[in-house]
Amino acid sequence: MLPVSAPGEINKQATMSDLLRLEYRNVTMRFTDQAGKSLTAVQDVSLSLRDGEVVSLIGPSGCGKSTLLNIGSGLAAPSEGAAFVDGEQVSGPNAHVAFMLQKDLLLPWRTILQNVMFGVEVQGVPPLERESRAKALLSSLHLTDFASHYPHQLSGGMRQRVALARTLAVDPTVLLLDEPFSAVDAQTRMVLQRELAQTLMREKKTALLITHDLLEAVTMSDRVLVMSRRPGRLVDELRIDLPDRHDPIARRHHARVTDYVNVLMARLGIDEHMASGAVA
Amino acid sequence: MTASSAVIRRGTIFSIVLGLVFLAAWQWGPGLLGIPSFIIPPLSAVWHEFWRMVAVNGLMFHTGITAAEVIAGFLLGSLLGACFGYLLGMSPTAEFALSPYILGLQIAPKVAFAPLFILWMGFTVYPKILVAILIVFFPVLVNVLSAVRTVDPDLINLARAFKATRAQIFWKIEFPASLPPLFAGLRIGSTLAVVGVVVGELVGGNTGLGYLLAFGEGQANTPMVFVTILMLTVVGGIAYLAVVLLENRVLHYLPERAVTGF
Repeated sequence: MLPVSAPGEINKQATMSDLLRLEYRNVTMRFTDQAGKSLTAVQDVSLSLRDGEVVSLIGPSGCGKSTLLNIGSGLAAPSEGAAFVDGEQVSGPNAHVAFMLQKDLLLPWRTILQNVMFGVEVQGVPPLERESRAKALLSSLHLTDFASHYPHQLSGGMRQRVALARTLAVDPTVLLLDEPFSAVDAQTRMVLQRELAQTLMREKKTALLITHDLLEAVTMSDRVLVMSRRPGRLVDELRIDLPDRHDPIARRHHARVTDYVNVLMARLGIDEHMASGAVA
Repeated sequence: MTASSAVIRRGTIFSIVLGLVFLAAWQWGPGLLGIPSFIIPPLSAVWHEFWRMVAVNGLMFHTGITAAEVIAGFLLGSLLGACFGYLLGMSPTAEFALSPYILGLQIAPKVAFAPLFILWMGFTVYPKILVAILIVFFPVLVNVLSAVRTVDPDLINLARAFKATRAQIFWKIEFPASLPPLFAGLRIGSTLAVVGVVVGELVGGNTGLGYLLAFGEGQANTPMVFVTILMLTVVGGIAYLAVVLLENRVLHYLPERAVTGF
């Protein structure tokens, strides 16, 4: 059995501020489909993230995870309920929240440095400050040598790191991450997961991570929330009491990781669906 | 760089050989096949006619007139096409309302408007420029419109999440994203502009290469027609090359730019 390598980490979690960074209160989202039928994507979801917490959201495809992310970033307004960031109701895009998707969404006509500066540029940060911020981020993500490259010259993993730098450049308090690493290969993913985890810990960011990867959920977060099939509801919550949240690769080695993954598999009902062939 | 240096070297040699063979066939082929020179004049006759036209018919003056009309028609036509493309692309309602008329105008053969414009504006340069504007307008409009409509909505959302204004979304996302299709439209437009101008000149007036074309035909001067066609090709080629050079400068960030752009 591995020794608990960093008791300090556990203390940190225990003493984590009770300030709620991100909160969903009774959020319901309905869409009208093309046939004019009303469709409930998300039903009565309430959840909250304390300062510095990293929470993963898992669930079957189409259960409304991405809808929740759009509501949190202010791109979509919920049919009922509301989202709050730092206690303020989200009524539109705001500077405290930044999101990152599976697609890197880099602009091909901008260099890497210019891509990282995109958000701060839009927000009107003075040129000198935006450049120094972007350069600091590039350096912490080992991308300094690529500052003047164009996106097509970079590998998928590096592009995703640039997207992370762009997300962090606006200095958000809350990061919404929608399957950020699902498009990169398994080895790159592990490296990126560790970089993200270290960055989140170092910058004391709060993050909501949407993922399909149960191992990613367990190794990267303080808590895992489980959503049901559509209409998406929160059906379960699992606290991950493991050390090394800043280092998913180290956490992987922990014996109880498998137990957590198994619990999540059971709660998602993955075994049953495999048996009935109904897995999406 | 898509082609390797070996392909480029071999391709260049082959290209030059092909050109020489073509010129030789033009010079001696008709004679060998017994084709009279009023059907296909040999290369040397066309060459002599070229210098005669420069001295006697003001070939360079007429070429200049045509080139000026092409440039004016191309610039105005692409400017209007791009503006309408962006406006329609950003307003689905306007696009829906105007699309049947745009389609109708697009189907109508633009060169058929040449006599009408000459009736309106007389034997001046303006009807020729107007035909060129009309013919350049649509490929540019259609390319820009579809480019604006197909911008990745996630990119727009990314900008919106950073609280971008409508103007910022246009200038930082939609406009740069539309540039590659815009240039594709400009390339087509640059060659079509020559067509529009020549048809206008053929229909009426006494300036421009189109006029020389009609004049040569009236004189049954086949070499003159050949020279004029060559000069028109040169004008169109320069216009096209200018667009390609600009495109290579503006779109330098794109991977795998074609080596020559042709």
